Amino acid sequence: MFLLSIFLPLLSYFVCIFLNKLVKDKTLNFVSCGLMVLSTICSILAFIFFYLNGEKSLVITNWISSGSLNVDWSLNLNLLTATMIIMVNFVSTMIHVYSVGYMSKDPRRIIFMGYLGLFTFFMLFLVSSSNLIQLFVGWEGVGLTSYLLIGFWSHKDEANKASLKAFVANRVGDFGLLISLFTIFIVFGTININEILLLVNSHSQSYFNFFGFQVHSITLIVVTMFVGCMGKSAQFGLHVWLPDAMEGPTPVSALIHAATMVTAGVFLLILMSPLIETSKFSQNLILLVGTITCLFASCVAIFQNDIKRIIAYSTCSQLGYMFMAIGVSAYSVAYFHLLSHAFFKALLFLGAGSVIHSMSDEQDIKKMGGIYNRIPLTYTSVLIGSLALMGLPFLSGYFSKDLILEFIYLSDSDFKIFAFGIGIFGVFLTSLYSSRLLIRVFHGENNSDEKVYAHIHESPMIMLVPVVILAFFSIFFGMIFHNFFAGPSIETIWSKFMFVDSEIHQAYSIGSVPKLIKKLPLIMIFFSVTVVLLFYFKFSRTMQMLKEKLRFFVKFFHNKCYIDELYEIIIIKPSYYLGRGFWKSIDNDLIDNLGPNGISRFVSSLGIKVSKLQSGYLYHYVLSVVIGLTLFISIYIYIF
Amino acid sequence: MISLPILPILIALPLIGLVFIFLSSENDEKAEQSKKSALWTSTSNFFLSLYLPINFDKSIPHFQFVNSFSWFNNDSLRFSLGVDGLSMPFIVLSTFLILACIIFILPQAKKNMKMYLASFLVLESFLIGTFSALDLFSFYIFFESILIPMYLIIGFWGGERRVYSAYKFFLYTLLGSVLMLIAIIFLYQEFGTISIPKLLDYTLPFYIQIWLWIAFFSSFAIKIPMWPFHTWLPDAHVEAPTEGSVILAGILLKLGGYGFIRFNLSILPDASIFFTPFIYFLSIVAIIYTSYIALVQEDMKKLIAYSSVAHMGFVTLGIFSANIQGLHGAIIQMISHGIISAALFFSIGSIYNRYKTKRIDFFGGLNLKLPKFSVVFLIFTLGSIGLPGTSGFVGEYLTLLAVYSKNTIVAFISTIGVILSASYMLKLYKRVFLGGLSKNLDNKNDDINIYELCLYIVLVLLIFIIGVKPGLILSYTTSSLERIIQLYPISIF
Repeated sequence: MFLLSIFLPLLSYFVCIFLNKLVKDKTLNFVSCGLMVLSTICSILAFIFFYLNGEKSLVITNWISSGSLNVDWSLNLNLLTATMIIMVNFVSTMIHVYSVGYMSKDPRRIIFMGYLGLFTFFMLFLVSSSNLIQLFVGWEGVGLTSYLLIGFWSHKDEANKASLKAFVANRVGDFGLLISLFTIFIVFGTININEILLLVNSHSQSYFNFFGFQVHSITLIVVTMFVGCMGKSAQFGLHVWLPDAMEGPTPVSALIHAATMVTAGVFLLILMSPLIETSKFSQNLILLVGTITCLFASCVAIFQNDIKRIIAYSTCSQLGYMFMAIGVSAYSVAYFHLLSHAFFKALLFLGAGSVIHSMSDEQDIKKMGGIYNRIPLTYTSVLIGSLALMGLPFLSGYFSKDLILEFIYLSDSDFKIFAFGIGIFGVFLTSLYSSRLLIRVFHGENNSDEKVYAHIHESPMIMLVPVVILAFFSIFFGMIFHNFFAGPSIETIWSKFMFVDSEIHQAYSIGSVPKLIKKLPLIMIFFSVTVVLLFYFKFSRTMQMLKEKLRFFVKFFHNKCYIDELYEIIIIKPSYYLGRGFWKSIDNDLIDNLGPNGISRFVSSLGIKVSKLQSGYLYHYVLSVVIGLTLFISIYIYIF
Repeated sequence: MISLPILPILIALPLIGLVFIFLSSENDEKAEQSKKSALWTSTSNFFLSLYLPINFDKSIPHFQFVNSFSWFNNDSLRFSLGVDGLSMPFIVLSTFLILACIIFILPQAKKNMKMYLASFLVLESFLIGTFSALDLFSFYIFFESILIPMYLIIGFWGGERRVYSAYKFFLYTLLGSVLMLIAIIFLYQEFGTISIPKLLDYTLPFYIQIWLWIAFFSSFAIKIPMWPFHTWLPDAHVEAPTEGSVILAGILLKLGGYGFIRFNLSILPDASIFFTPFIYFLSIVAIIYTSYIALVQEDMKKLIAYSSVAHMGFVTLGIFSANIQGLHGAIIQMISHGIISAALFFSIGSIYNRYKTKRIDFFGGLNLKLPKFSVVFLIFTLGSIGLPGTSGFVGEYLTLLAVYSKNTIVAFISTIGVILSASYMLKLYKRVFLGGLSKNLDNKNDDINIYELCLYIVLVLLIFIIGVKPGLILSYTTSSLERIIQLYPISIF
């Protein structure tokens, strides 16, 4: 059952790719969606199986065995993986169904479905693997499918650039993860996740010689692993690929760049949580990077005009929240936000896709507006998604995000005041860009072409059904499950699968968070929505004036703080110069000229010079004989 | 059981095929008859070489299938053949790649086709001889004779600057081998034996080891090639015909790695330890430096050639880490590079046969013209990048792990090569296959033919099989490698 839930998407991939030309597209669409539904059912059954029989490790076959390194292809079934598999399969199914409608006019739609299946497989493989090298297979695999899907419309130059950027940026992260894997093997002598977690305590004081320094080995492991997670989860510094990745088709953005792949980094850290707990330094680092990302991404999101980029930056900042939660050891809360975020962010993307679809592929929110009554269902779903994202009471985001903030408040971290302040401010910014997006897209005056405006239509049924289902989960998921992640029984549920800080949870359950703190996010939301409403409907002139006054500021954020340009100058250009320099001056000039060419030139020139000596004149020869004789005689005399 | 003299048969069979080729009287560019004989010869040789892995006893670390003949009527100079876990995979790789080359030649027409086919058969015989030679003398003879057919392939059927490249290739490699010859003569003078198994049991004094090590190193470092002896490789690749590049990258470079393990590491362990930092330095430079150069190449073959140097950097890192992971990694990396680089050169050959150019900026949007081919090429690209699941990953991972346990700085820097390889390979893919259709490509529209398709499918399968189940190869090598490591003194680096 468990195996089926993981390998059915792979089957879907093979069916789509190999039967592409032979079978009708309609059948294949049906088959691939059907396989996904089946896979979801299997994953639920696997969860029930886990509930009845407890955790299990399934070895398929041996992979690498070399000396003491022994790696199997094997899968783990436990609470963490089982729930994550359900989420991935479920969201993926929704997006499969949605894609049937969204891609219906694309000639390569079946290949697209195949790639989605392949992605789902790799994601499940990542989630369920029982050792870290196999996890790395899934890790790179999702990176690969993300590369393929971002560049799916390969005739678009932008898309190709974006896909290349995504792969390389992810590779930078993978570099960190690889170093982490090496260190883990050398410190622990194994790469099996369960075994590592058992050994953590006995190695908590061990040191490792890194670059000639004695480094606390677990800190080294976690920091380098976190670099990998930064790449995959688009944290500040390595986030540059995520906004560009929006060049891919919208279902891809929903599945890969919102719900599943980008949360892999968070998932990995939750999985390895006992490791993180032994290293205070890395906890602080994770907290700080998460906070910075959260602030940075939501600031940039306010000044973007592309509907998908706004949501992409919002994803970035929400991932920042998850890392903040990890930084204060609230792993179950981070996981809770991961799941609820998957639902409402997938909903938002699908809604945005629906808007783009109905506006004839227009993505600029300046060219939208006033269309809420033309596409009411889409409007409602985007509204629900946005409200859930802001964290309006009783929607998913309210439970998960507020929990993070409260746990930061309760924690004993060194940076808790800073993080808490930014977190609350982040709520303000989140509602700011969400309401801006809602108003620009659906309300106010319409700014689109007449032709486009006349053509606005609600999307077909097959696209709306998944949206409605996701909307349902965005509303109720938090309400139903929040006790499961932060309730009094939390320790009995989770402590076997991740680190649970019982003190904080106890403090939380007895209600030691002040009322004001609990209400603070809500106040922020109302405050920011009021600001936006006032600016857009009452004082639009003032806003123009403000924009003029703060032109530099606006431009700075509109251009994403010039980080792309910075990288271009300090990394990419020098690489090319370096490459050309190495090639032309060292390879061609230095090595070749001194080496083979130099020698051959020397030999031939020597030959010419020597041949000149043979002039044919007798007196030349006589002269040289005389010189030679004197030379030899003088040497002879000198020596003896 | 009557033991088959399998190694002499494998060496002799291509030469018998040669007779058939010369017997046929055709002189045209197609030479169908000769192609048939070449195909039959290489096919049967490939299947015969499978006799080795099937009957190989994995538990024995010593040489197997040994055949020995006396020559010069001198008992200390015996011509002996045999394989152990180290050389056996390379013999199968050689027969496989030669067969692949012959299949790739089948639909083509070339001037003097008979000679072309004959060169490959001779090459096959010499390659097997080199990998199975058990005495230094015959090793040297086979090792050097390989230059002759290779020189002809580049110099006769190559591109515009073929003569320069062929000379460069020949002189460079000859220079290194001369030093090796001196070392071999010295060993014979000193110990009165040239048998490799016997030499394994001797412990040589350190000061002698140093000089011998340098002599062997100069030969193999040029062959593999290490920085800064690599400049012959890009030129040779660019000018060589497709099949020549395949053999060059697929097997000839591996001779260097094989030699390092067989001679420098096994016979001269103390000197190897002494020189390990030096090797590490050269390998890092090779990985980083050539990756940067590959980033700015305009010629596809040159790009792959430079990437080969970088990949071989991982091999030398693994070899001189001298633990089981490192050696396993080096061998897998060599086999996998043999398959992947061969596949990439075949692919570039397919492109070249259609458009008669290898310049990257000539192309663009090729996936619209050759959809199937672009998928295959992407898989080869990913293999070269070392995506987990392909064979490239296992090699890179194991070698880097081995180095990391010895020296973190070296491993750290060379892991950057992983990022760089992704950049240059995917950039190549993007510029050639993606984007809008280039104006140059309007007229032709034929996807890969049946020969190419079969070949590529086999190569793709091999990449994945080795990637998912590297144990299929590693299990053969383990006992032989463990023997080497046991003899190896514990190093301080």
